[in-house]
Amino acid sequence: MPSPAYHAPDTIEQAVALLAGDAGARPLSGGTDLIVQMRSGRTAPSSLVDLKRIAGMKGIRASPDGGFAIGAATPCTALKDDKALSAAWPGVVEAANLIGSVQVRNRATMAGNLCNASPAADSVPALVAAGATCLVAGPSGTREVPVEEIPAAPGRTSLQPGEFVAEIRLPAQKGSDAYLRSIPRTEMDIAVVGAGVSLVVDANGTCTAARVSIGAVAPTVLLVEDAGAALVGSKFDDAALDRMAEAVRAACKPIADKRGTVEYRTAMAGVLAKRVVKIALERAGVSA
Amino acid sequence: MSKLLVSTTVNGDPQQFLCDPDTTLLDALREEMGLTGSKEGCGSGDCGACTVVLDGEMVCSCLVLAPEAEGRQIATIEGVAEGSQLHPVQRKFLEHGALQCGFCTPGFIMASKALLDRNPNPSESEVRYWLAGNLCRCTGYDKIVRAVMDAAAELRQDRRTAA
Amino acid sequence: MNAPKQNFRLVGTRPVRPDGIDKVTGKAIYGPDYVAAGMLQGAVLRSPHPHAKIRGIDTKRAEALPGVKAVVTGADFPQAGDKMVSGGEGGAANLRYVTQKCMAIGKVFYEGQAVAAVAATSRAIADEALKLIEVDYEVLPHVISIEDAFRDDAPPLHDDVFTQGLAEKPEKPSNRSMRFAIERGDAASAIAGAAAIFSGHFTLQPVHQGYIEPHACVASWNADGQGQVWCSSQGHFAIRSMTAGVLGIGVADIRVQPLEIGGGFGGKTTIYLEPVAMLLSKKSGRPVRLAMRRDDVFRSTGPAPGAEIDITLAAAADGTLVGAEIELKYHGGAFPGANEVYSGVGTGLGHYKVPNASIVGWNVLSNIPTMHAYRAPGAPQINFAVESAMDELAHKLGIDPIDLRLKNIVRPGDIGGSGVPLGAIGYAESLEAAKAHPHYSALLGPNQGRGVACGAWGNYGGASTAAVSLGEDGSVLVTEGSPDIGGSRASMAIMTAETLGIPYEKVRVTIADTSSIGFSMVTGGSRVTFATGKAVVQATQSVIAILKDRAAKLLGVPAEEVEWVDGAAVHGDQSLTLAQLAAKAGTSGGPISAEAMVDPHDWLPGFGVHICDTEVDNETGQVMLKRYTVVQDVGRAIHADYVEGQMQGGAVQGIGWALNEAYVYTGAGKLDNAGFLDYRMPVASDMPMIDTVMVEVPNPAHPYGVKGVGEVPIVPPLAAVGNSVSAATGLRMTELPITPDRVYGLLRAAE
Repeated sequence: MPSPAYHAPDTIEQAVALLAGDAGARPLSGGTDLIVQMRSGRTAPSSLVDLKRIAGMKGIRASPDGGFAIGAATPCTALKDDKALSAAWPGVVEAANLIGSVQVRNRATMAGNLCNASPAADSVPALVAAGATCLVAGPSGTREVPVEEIPAAPGRTSLQPGEFVAEIRLPAQKGSDAYLRSIPRTEMDIAVVGAGVSLVVDANGTCTAARVSIGAVAPTVLLVEDAGAALVGSKFDDAALDRMAEAVRAACKPIADKRGTVEYRTAMAGVLAKRVVKIALERAGVSA
Repeated sequence: MSKLLVSTTVNGDPQQFLCDPDTTLLDALREEMGLTGSKEGCGSGDCGACTVVLDGEMVCSCLVLAPEAEGRQIATIEGVAEGSQLHPVQRKFLEHGALQCGFCTPGFIMASKALLDRNPNPSESEVRYWLAGNLCRCTGYDKIVRAVMDAAAELRQDRRTAA
Repeated sequence: MNAPKQNFRLVGTRPVRPDGIDKVTGKAIYGPDYVAAGMLQGAVLRSPHPHAKIRGIDTKRAEALPGVKAVVTGADFPQAGDKMVSGGEGGAANLRYVTQKCMAIGKVFYEGQAVAAVAATSRAIADEALKLIEVDYEVLPHVISIEDAFRDDAPPLHDDVFTQGLAEKPEKPSNRSMRFAIERGDAASAIAGAAAIFSGHFTLQPVHQGYIEPHACVASWNADGQGQVWCSSQGHFAIRSMTAGVLGIGVADIRVQPLEIGGGFGGKTTIYLEPVAMLLSKKSGRPVRLAMRRDDVFRSTGPAPGAEIDITLAAAADGTLVGAEIELKYHGGAFPGANEVYSGVGTGLGHYKVPNASIVGWNVLSNIPTMHAYRAPGAPQINFAVESAMDELAHKLGIDPIDLRLKNIVRPGDIGGSGVPLGAIGYAESLEAAKAHPHYSALLGPNQGRGVACGAWGNYGGASTAAVSLGEDGSVLVTEGSPDIGGSRASMAIMTAETLGIPYEKVRVTIADTSSIGFSMVTGGSRVTFATGKAVVQATQSVIAILKDRAAKLLGVPAEEVEWVDGAAVHGDQSLTLAQLAAKAGTSGGPISAEAMVDPHDWLPGFGVHICDTEVDNETGQVMLKRYTVVQDVGRAIHADYVEGQMQGGAVQGIGWALNEAYVYTGAGKLDNAGFLDYRMPVASDMPMIDTVMVEVPNPAHPYGVKGVGEVPIVPPLAAVGNSVSAATGLRMTELPITPDRVYGLLRAAE
């Protein structure tokens, strides 16, 4: 197997051209999945297009609408260092900072986590719950896509040839969010189950909007609309939480593998969903 | 496929080396530059034995491609001591017996120093979570955590004295 | 604690280890770091199948690849018949099987077994060449689990392996390669009449030693038949014996240079790469490096056995153990010869007096790598069953678990597992110390449980050679042949300096290669500070005798009137310091040095008592370790940090075994978690501090009371954790690892 070509373009246009010009090309940002896959022989790209030297690809910008635009090559630890982002979207920032170790998070990016298309990706349920979108750059310009539409199947995305995720966009925070995962150790694991939630609560403590997302229980991360709907209009009473957890469990279609059984994953999705709602409520200043 | 010429800075010194594009920074350090202090325990970012600091952030050098080092600053275990003067983290590892076989030690020292450079007063829990990416199979971590906490205390003392 | 106070200057202190600075600055050269001039890089092709015949191997395309300098397969190996060669941990290994663990010959028995190897001008070319080697496999049915492999109708791995240890030689080959039993009294009757009985079945999976340094070596074999090997191992003399045996050459023709070793825990007492690298070097005429990657380490080096254990343990109403019936089946892996069953059967009840016992052990072969020593090999598995059963009996009888143990423990004068009366053992003292420890009486929080477990390891002696020589400036050089894995150079320097009465810093210790010092057995079995320590002290004492002799000559007094006091030869009010005597060596009789060879048999076992607190999340089954204390009879600590370090490190390995570690196989017989991500060893954030109490009951047969401390601490944690989780949940943990999904399943089933 010849060694792949390595390119470090300066502009998005150059990157698109390089990716479009070689069907075996792969974008490289943090590389924490790609390099491991190359070494194990699971993937053998013919060229690597390093996005990190493109201006604007690293860093976090406040959007005019109160949201955030996060460059695709921004490492997870940089999210934590951004005080405004951490205050607005603590669930997203925490989820991204559960991936691997500090060493890994100093390289790994949310865009990479998303495009690796693992159903167990930690940052993705949090992003989906948050209603995040991606700015996708490609041969025909850019388009904005909801995060949940990027993964198509384990290891496969809906991105077209020559396309790559250039930016992740978070809306303005109107409520609060949280993410939890289940792993056998305290760190350095792949989620057996992950659950993210984003809530909006009115002054009376009533839920006016809720998005619940779960990971590692289906071929892709799921947005469970029924689970969110179960919370909307409630004051997070036990019955509403039970309905929400039931909707979450009903949405699970996990596999059994070395990391967990079907039964355990399904049950934990419900348990974690309840726990993240409680954390998000605490963050919203509501006692459940 | 011809090799790439990479110009970088390692422990403050200019370095140039030739590599295949998919060579890792770890292999380049070890095989091209003879810096074997960074160890390969897994090659997949799970053990931290290859930890180096790249442009101020600690990373697993097995998860960095050598060409990415072009124009960057790399710090490795070989550059931690100043001449023959050990860094307090190195000295505390020795004073606490915080190593047995010593194979994971360079990675732990790089990670511990990176922690103390940014947080001079970490709690035990912060130390443990920060070092969770570094596997040690010999010590059970107890003496490592104590050494890092003690090094932090000494560095704080030094800063107070200097101030 | 406990030791009669003796005034040692250095023994028991914590000086910086002599090899310390090299290890904190990245200078130390480990197995994968060594570079020889003109060195080629090798790579090994490994079997994708757990069981297959090799019909043929075509290496022509690989050989034709530019940069490839040599290719070897099983056909290049001398066909060793059954011949025993001295191996690791005191055991002997059958060369025929040692060879096949390095390279398959005609058949593969596990996924990851080596089938061919290449040496090339770069690792990338060597890896590329592997893809060009065509192996024609005839896939055979495989068995992985003990249960499947033990069955009468299981496909046998070997048609020439018949169960050993049966009264009559069986007619059919079997995967049950060996039966070993200890029977005493009448266990069945004793159990039938007992007041309290516990019966249970316990299951454990294979686990890996998990050293962070993958195996690696460089070999160079010259046209005159002489070769060198540079590698990290637990015993370069064993590497030499086995490599020479596999290659059919004389041991003097291989010089093995020990490099720093990045952890072993028993796993680096054998060979996997060395003869392969030697043959590649022979073919290419150049030095060759072979280095495993992490997945190679998991797939093709020996883990510790999984086990299926049935136990019945019975006690009288006052807690006195009256009878035990235990049947244990241990994984053996692909080839016969694993020793774990012997020590499992031998140590299982070794820490208690049980008058009536039947312990039957089976070694069960299956299509996984051959088991290899892992810290107290064979002991933790059976201890998990025995100490869980003790916990159940304590509950049934309403007796405090430590009191129940105190009632039944072996004490000085009792007969030990090996039939030798136990001398100065500190088991009772360790239990009393545990009982008095604040941890034992600390309050528990909600959903928390406390577990106690005890364990023993016999420790070992073994052959060691050491030399001590003086520099002309009075510095002292110790040369030994025991690789230093956990700070033993510091212990040797302490004992030498203590004996000579000089500062620690005056002593330097070298681990010499196989041609520079006489034989030493592997570093293992907790034997080095004991046996090599004895050799070092003995050589030091010989040096003192020479020094006294020289002093007598220089002072003109009779040698028998000279005493050695605090680093000087003293006669009346005259004295000559070691430095003065060293300076005059050239004119008083020449260089001063002495060598000592020992093979001591007066070692004593060690005992440990572990206390463990866990907290269980009842909704998720997650177990958090909250507090852990290790109490151990250590004989006497020479370097206290490294004794505590052994206790802490061994305990955490055992905790990992209890909670998360396990070999997981797919239905196709392939290892499904051959990496640190899914083979989950404890990380720093999983652990609390590991509190240690060193109980010092010195071994009178060792000049400084050493017993050996490395193995004992991995024996009790499996049951200590299991008992703790059982206390927290009210449910007996009988299967390891105690993963969240397993605990969750047990909790829901109990509702």
